[in-house]
Amino acid sequence: MTQPLLKVENAETYYGNIRALSGVDIEVQKGEIVCLIGANGAGKSTLMMTICGAQPARTGRIIFEGTDITRMPTHEIARLRIAQSPEGRRIFQRMTVTENLQMGASLDKLAYYKEDVEKMFTLFPRLKERQHQRAGTLSGGEQQMLSIARALMARPKLLLLDEPSLGLAPLIIKQIFEAIRVLNKETALTVFLVEQNAFAALKLSDRGYVMVNGRVTMSGPSKELLANPEVRAAYLEGGHH
Amino acid sequence: MDGEPMEYFIQQTVNGITLGSIYGMIAIGYTMVYGIIGMINFAHGDIFMLGAFAALITFLVLTGLVAGFPVVAALIVMMAVAILMASLWNWTIERIAYRPLRGSFRLAPLITAIGMSIVLSNFIQVTQGPRNKPIPQLVSEVYDVFGISISLKQILIVIITVVMMTAFWYLVNRTSLGRAQRATEQDRKMAALLGVDVDRTISITFIMGAALAAVAGTMYLMYYGVAVFTDGFTPGVKAFTAAVLGGIGSLPGALLGGLLIGLIESLWSAYFSIDYKDVATFSILAIVLIFKPSGILGRPEIEKV
Repeated sequence: MTQPLLKVENAETYYGNIRALSGVDIEVQKGEIVCLIGANGAGKSTLMMTICGAQPARTGRIIFEGTDITRMPTHEIARLRIAQSPEGRRIFQRMTVTENLQMGASLDKLAYYKEDVEKMFTLFPRLKERQHQRAGTLSGGEQQMLSIARALMARPKLLLLDEPSLGLAPLIIKQIFEAIRVLNKETALTVFLVEQNAFAALKLSDRGYVMVNGRVTMSGPSKELLANPEVRAAYLEGGHH
Repeated sequence: MDGEPMEYFIQQTVNGITLGSIYGMIAIGYTMVYGIIGMINFAHGDIFMLGAFAALITFLVLTGLVAGFPVVAALIVMMAVAILMASLWNWTIERIAYRPLRGSFRLAPLITAIGMSIVLSNFIQVTQGPRNKPIPQLVSEVYDVFGISISLKQILIVIITVVMMTAFWYLVNRTSLGRAQRATEQDRKMAALLGVDVDRTISITFIMGAALAAVAGTMYLMYYGVAVFTDGFTPGVKAFTAAVLGGIGSLPGALLGGLLIGLIESLWSAYFSIDYKDVATFSILAIVLIFKPSGILGRPEIEKV
């Protein structure tokens, strides 16, 4: 195997004295869609923030393109083109949709803004209709689309998606997942996806990891995980949408 | 009262707008810092005072070196030096006294800010002396417009306020720096995730607020022809009141609050009692806050999510 795009080695992250991640090892290869599934509170979002340096690991290492980014400030990690659509979407409510997208494109000082924003509008036509509206007035689904589009505007090498399906109607989840699949196919975008919706995430991704109480307990090709009786029992049985 | 009642009223309104412009410019600094890091920079009034002193010293140096230095050039140099000094001080204060406390309990930076305010006013008291420092009248032209006397100083103050406010509005609403500031204000962590250097953005906010306060300080010095180390307190508190009245965190609110306070002060002094003008100002603040706790143009704390 070639050098992975992202490598998390034995990462341990704490909130005060409480350990949220214990010895996490994860690899993401270029061009892959990798998912991380697990229950609420398993540490999935913590891992996302740890990768971005917003909740740095106390021990272990995060390597991106061969560079150790464990102790790098968050904004410098962003400049290496790791973009995140975080838990809770965190769109800028009091800015317009356009301004939110401009924030995403600010790494290149809006150099590719016009060209990229058209791509986003093709991907999420609803955003085009709403471009002059204050982002806080958007529906949950539209806010999710905006959050993903804002991350994509940074022209990321690695896109981190935290629960893109949370609180959304099944039809919108389908649209968003389809958009991710298209981006991955057409632009070889690398995606690391965190989901509670294990079925949809495993269907979309190439490989998956399962997290329980801050530890990775299982990993493998998504197809195998989908068929795995333990995974099925814990995450898939009982209504899999 | 002298002259016609209507003219007297307009005259006092003009005076109130002049004073209010200065308060408004200072208030912007309080409101921007509050907006971006949620703290009241109580040293901001002293930054204004320091700006006035930097302008005063520059004036003395200029006129000491060159007899008959052109007034316009002198004012520009005074303003430039004041901006430089005030920005440097405010940047330093943020760096050494506020940034290390970021993330600690809410009262910590507030207490430090009061400490910094005392440090600055004592510093000026010790180095410049405790007495009023006068300068000669810089701009003395007075025009008579339909029986109302408007001085060139007043016109200058209003014009400079309009120019500075327009520039600020543009900077905050139309540039990438302003966008980064607004993003930092709304969600600091998310701004960082998008590549915004949050510490730098906060530093720039302190510098911008200080620059406006320095301009206000130079105007204040030109208007009253005197500076004293306690200037940080009285106009400072008035400007802070203006920011709260207009709605802390809101830029148009700061200007509106400044103008209102200037008008209240000047009209109250004209018709009632000059001794009670501060009582009037703060009573109106109290009344507004009872009915609209977030200030006239302020946002309610709770937002729709």
